[in-house]
Amino acid sequence: MPTALTPEETDQAWSQLMRAAQAGDRAAYSRLLLAVTPFVRALLRRYCSHRQDIEEMVQETLLTMHRVRQTYDPKRPFSPWLGAIAARRGIDGLRRRSRVARHEVSAEIESYETFADPAANIDIEAVRAAGEVEELLRRLPPRQRAALEAVKLKEMSLAEASAASGQSVGALKVNTHRALKALRALFQER
Amino acid sequence: MQTNEFIEQLSAQLEPVRVLRSPGLRAVFWLAMVGAVSTALVMRYAHMDSVLQRLAVPRIALECVATALTAITAIVAAFELSVPDRSPRWAWLPLPWFVLWLAASGLGCLRNGLGLHGPAGVFGHSGDCFAFITAASVPLAVALFWMLRRARPIAPLPVAALGTLGVAATAAFVLEFFHPFDVTVIDLSAHLAAVGLVVLLGMAWRRPLLDTDSAN
Repeated sequence: MPTALTPEETDQAWSQLMRAAQAGDRAAYSRLLLAVTPFVRALLRRYCSHRQDIEEMVQETLLTMHRVRQTYDPKRPFSPWLGAIAARRGIDGLRRRSRVARHEVSAEIESYETFADPAANIDIEAVRAAGEVEELLRRLPPRQRAALEAVKLKEMSLAEASAASGQSVGALKVNTHRALKALRALFQER
Repeated sequence: MQTNEFIEQLSAQLEPVRVLRSPGLRAVFWLAMVGAVSTALVMRYAHMDSVLQRLAVPRIALECVATALTAITAIVAAFELSVPDRSPRWAWLPLPWFVLWLAASGLGCLRNGLGLHGPAGVFGHSGDCFAFITAASVPLAVALFWMLRRARPIAPLPVAALGTLGVAATAAFVLEFFHPFDVTVIDLSAHLAAVGLVVLLGMAWRRPLLDTDSAN
């Protein structure tokens, strides 16, 4: 029966995997990321109780770890290094949620938005408008369009969108903002 | 996207990286590089007789030492905090020396009777001091942020604040060798305003300068 590793042994194992990852070993990196995910998730539960938000922060932590992996010194313990990154992403997540909460109000639903008859829900105008939006989206610069599609249309988290598009989180935020502004201008031109 | 799929994506994008040297070593490298260039400039252009005469006054010598130590400790703290697992207490390292710098300069103002007028009138050379500190901080900051951004700090605000305090203090220290008169209130204010401006600009531009996504 395998015995459980002590925290020190676990840390050493992670440190070795990270050293291999710094040298470019993808298999070791994948093993490391899978191994540390529960540890990161447990740390982030201190900052948030909402499951989906925690998962988003876990992915942001892993993305940050990926971006700053050159700063890990293999002579030092691994867990405090990763813990500091998770704590920073947790604090950022808390701030972001409190910012969103300040600007959002819960809307009272005054009427149903769909009708009992399914045919009544087919809105030709809406289909036509969707086509026009698609046309306007095509006129945006590629990086802005990619950012808008990933963040707003596919509803990816910033971390996911960053990994998928190759743009940094900062660049995604800027490009999404610019894309929305450009779209607004294009709508006004019509 | 599920976290497991996300991990697959990150792993597929992995490229080898060169591990950064320790923050202390990188700080020493930057300080040595800047120290060598500053020494060469001072030896070439400063009036050493006047400098030695001023440094013979203990208060002025203390002011110079405090300025230099503010620069050194702020730069060391900026490098230490640029990597994730360092204690936030590093941020306090330059504080005692910065206070000593202010105290020694303030004492000079008191000794001058808090008079606004220096030998060259109310503003005297204060405008030149302001211009020197801000202008000299630019190349120093470029060299510093070029090194710091390789760590992509996860908490860029203290790194940018300490780094710019370090470069402004370095510029103020070099200025001591081209400053053949004691400080007046206006002059000290000009020095502090220049340091404050450099720190504020560094903090405002921290994200592009440090190549980081984090805001604070």
